[in-house]
Amino acid sequence: MAIAARKTKAGAPAKAAGKAPAKSAPRGAAKALSNVPTFNKEEELHAYREMLLIRRFEEKAGQMYGMGLIGGFCHLYIGQEAVVIGMQMASKDGDQVITGYRDHGHMLACGMESRGVMAELTGRRGGYSRGKGGSMHMFSREKNFYGGHGIVGAQVSLGAGLGFANWYRQDGRVSMAYFGDGAANQGQVYESFNMAELWKLPVVFVIENNRYAMGTSVNRASAQTDFSKRGVSFGIPGEQVDGMDVRAVREAANRAIEHARSGKGPYILEMQTYRYRGHSMSDPAKYRSKDEVQRMREEHDPIEQVRARLTREHKVGEDELKAIDAKVREIVNDAAEFATHDPEPDVSELYTDILLEPAQA
Amino acid sequence: MPIDILMPALSPTMEQGKLAKWLKAEGDKIKAGDIIAEIETDKATMEVEAVDEGVLAKILIADGTENVAVNTLIGLIAADGEDVSAAASGAAKAAPAPQAAEAPAPAAPAEAPAAPAPAAASVPAQAKSYDASTEFPAGAEVVSMTVREALRDAMAEEMRRDADVFVMGEEVAEYQGAYKVTQGLLQEFGARRVIDTPITEHGFAGIGVGAALTGLKPIVEFMTFNFAMQAIDHIINSAAKTLYMSGGQMGCPIVFRGPNGAAARVGAQHSHDYAAWYSNVPGLKVVMPYSASDAKGLLKSAIRDPNPVIFLENEILYGRSFDVPKGDDFTIPIGKAKVVRPGSDVTIVSFGIGMTYALGAAEALAKEGIEAEVIDLRTIRPMDIETVIASVQKTNRCVAVEEGFPQSGVTAEIGMKIMEAAFDYLDAPVARVTGKDVPMPYAANLEKLALPNIGEVVAAAKAVCYR
Repeated sequence: MAIAARKTKAGAPAKAAGKAPAKSAPRGAAKALSNVPTFNKEEELHAYREMLLIRRFEEKAGQMYGMGLIGGFCHLYIGQEAVVIGMQMASKDGDQVITGYRDHGHMLACGMESRGVMAELTGRRGGYSRGKGGSMHMFSREKNFYGGHGIVGAQVSLGAGLGFANWYRQDGRVSMAYFGDGAANQGQVYESFNMAELWKLPVVFVIENNRYAMGTSVNRASAQTDFSKRGVSFGIPGEQVDGMDVRAVREAANRAIEHARSGKGPYILEMQTYRYRGHSMSDPAKYRSKDEVQRMREEHDPIEQVRARLTREHKVGEDELKAIDAKVREIVNDAAEFATHDPEPDVSELYTDILLEPAQA
Repeated sequence: MPIDILMPALSPTMEQGKLAKWLKAEGDKIKAGDIIAEIETDKATMEVEAVDEGVLAKILIADGTENVAVNTLIGLIAADGEDVSAAASGAAKAAPAPQAAEAPAPAAPAEAPAAPAPAAASVPAQAKSYDASTEFPAGAEVVSMTVREALRDAMAEEMRRDADVFVMGEEVAEYQGAYKVTQGLLQEFGARRVIDTPITEHGFAGIGVGAALTGLKPIVEFMTFNFAMQAIDHIINSAAKTLYMSGGQMGCPIVFRGPNGAAARVGAQHSHDYAAWYSNVPGLKVVMPYSASDAKGLLKSAIRDPNPVIFLENEILYGRSFDVPKGDDFTIPIGKAKVVRPGSDVTIVSFGIGMTYALGAAEALAKEGIEAEVIDLRTIRPMDIETVIASVQKTNRCVAVEEGFPQSGVTAEIGMKIMEAAFDYLDAPVARVTGKDVPMPYAANLEKLALPNIGEVVAAAKAVCYR
């Protein structure tokens, strides 16, 4: 077993950054393990497939960026896959998702098509925003994905607004607003916490703590590094979750979503996770050691954990796993192929979608 | 077929770089995600990750090679099950044409195609004025009411008509509105639809926009637009741009309303006129009514509009009374100006409280034998410049009036648009009367000086008439 559930002391000193997740809880691994809910084989296979799709998709996006097919900003989700997949495994149809600029994984997890996402990355007409949004700005009303926002922290107020709409309509939906440890220091986050708790809005605030806000480590930017406590003064419950273990994520998500759906108001989940790649494509990542990254990949990789359990506990053969790998690769290659050859938007698109026509009264 | 490894770009502007180091040797097994090489530019170093699995069959560009062009073939991977030596020899034909990658990668379009003309048509040679005479239905009964009452009635009528409409803001419910514009709404519609917010403009503007993205129709009241500065990111980045950024999927039917511009003796931070700011942004509509009937009819249209609308009111005008047609069906279209006083000698164009100076000046000018045609723009964006042009084609002279600052102001835009569309009709340069280029002072005498007045408009009109 590669990893046990970790209750990281998030206040750990900066120097421990390299091994903070390994610097584990006072409790023993065995005991911690017993707290991690198990997945059945179907759930493990589902998580494996979904996470692998994000991983391969992002690797391909990185490659296409390197080839000049993708322009501008491109923020990859590699390493953080278990967070959004575990959350989605706990959510229901109709629940909304909103996030910041590191959004490709969330879109795939919401069921958006790889082709449409990749074609948006390459700025082509088959993209979700017809090439007018780019990496950071994609939406799908059908899949209840509300973006894709480039202003750090804006998605938290907007996500509270999605929750507000659910509260207004009393439709039993829950909104999930994802943001990072960097966004967690924006003022509007706390404005939103206040109103969400005041009005008991059905929102789950998912803080993806990947330990670096661009190049600034959590310890250098945050006076309170335990993000699960960021709602304390508003009375919002929160917990820290091993965001590298998809089972732990889903378990916590179940609690949080149930809390929100039952009318008790918002809930904060601090997902302790890690991004393997730089902040964006042009980030040489000099602010952390290669050892730190390597250790996370080797010891805590969310996908390898599932793969190991599938092999060991569920006796899934190498052939079956390879077949999944091949299928995922096929989807991603098809998306890349489509996104490479799909035409750019027609020039007439420059002046469309600025305003909607009012309905005739 | 071996898999090509191409020289990647660190950024869209990178054209070449140094292949600093190979971290794998020929014959090494490679997994997806493995770091296989490092590249460098003068700005940064980056690791090259493998995307595919297999064996590194051939290295084509050696460690330390400088000035390697982006997309050059630097190595080959033999895919799983592929013969490594065959893959390596495949390099022979691939290597001479490193740029052969068929990727159509137009970082910048090769030849910039001519941008099509915007949908909004340019002004025709003979402009036609908007006919506002049909706005008051013939024989309609009118009632005199204040702008404040007209705004309240507009909201109440639209809330009765559509359950998706709600009002949120500071003191809008229990307190009945800081300026009493939402008086009685809580009693009629209840606390779910008339929502007191904490003092937290950035946050509640974001919540309003989020709710609007799901199809609800929020009316977000700012106690004054000065405080909307805290929220302007959501107004512009979240509300105005999302429709475009989503390729037309995500409309944002929201109204931001509240008093704007100078009141009286409230100092620089409470006196700013934001008409020019918001009118600069595509994706927004900006409305600034003067009369009670326009306030009511335009607010109803704004609430029904599927786009974000900035609705700029004025504290001083709240208490002024005007005739308003009776009935729930009365609306005024957004984007249409109104000729409020016909004339033939000079066009005076203004909007909002600026109309008090425009109309006062027209009155004074008439006594001196100058007939001014006064146009109330009513909507700043989209601007009904055609009605203005039609008037200028008749009068050949124009004075534009606003309370806002002069630089990059709405009147600057009006002047430019007239020059673009009716330069040959002008007998004098377009003149403007604006607020002075200073933060609003508190002292009564200085404040008076900082604002436009009727005398300045009269003087400007005479100047363009060479009188």
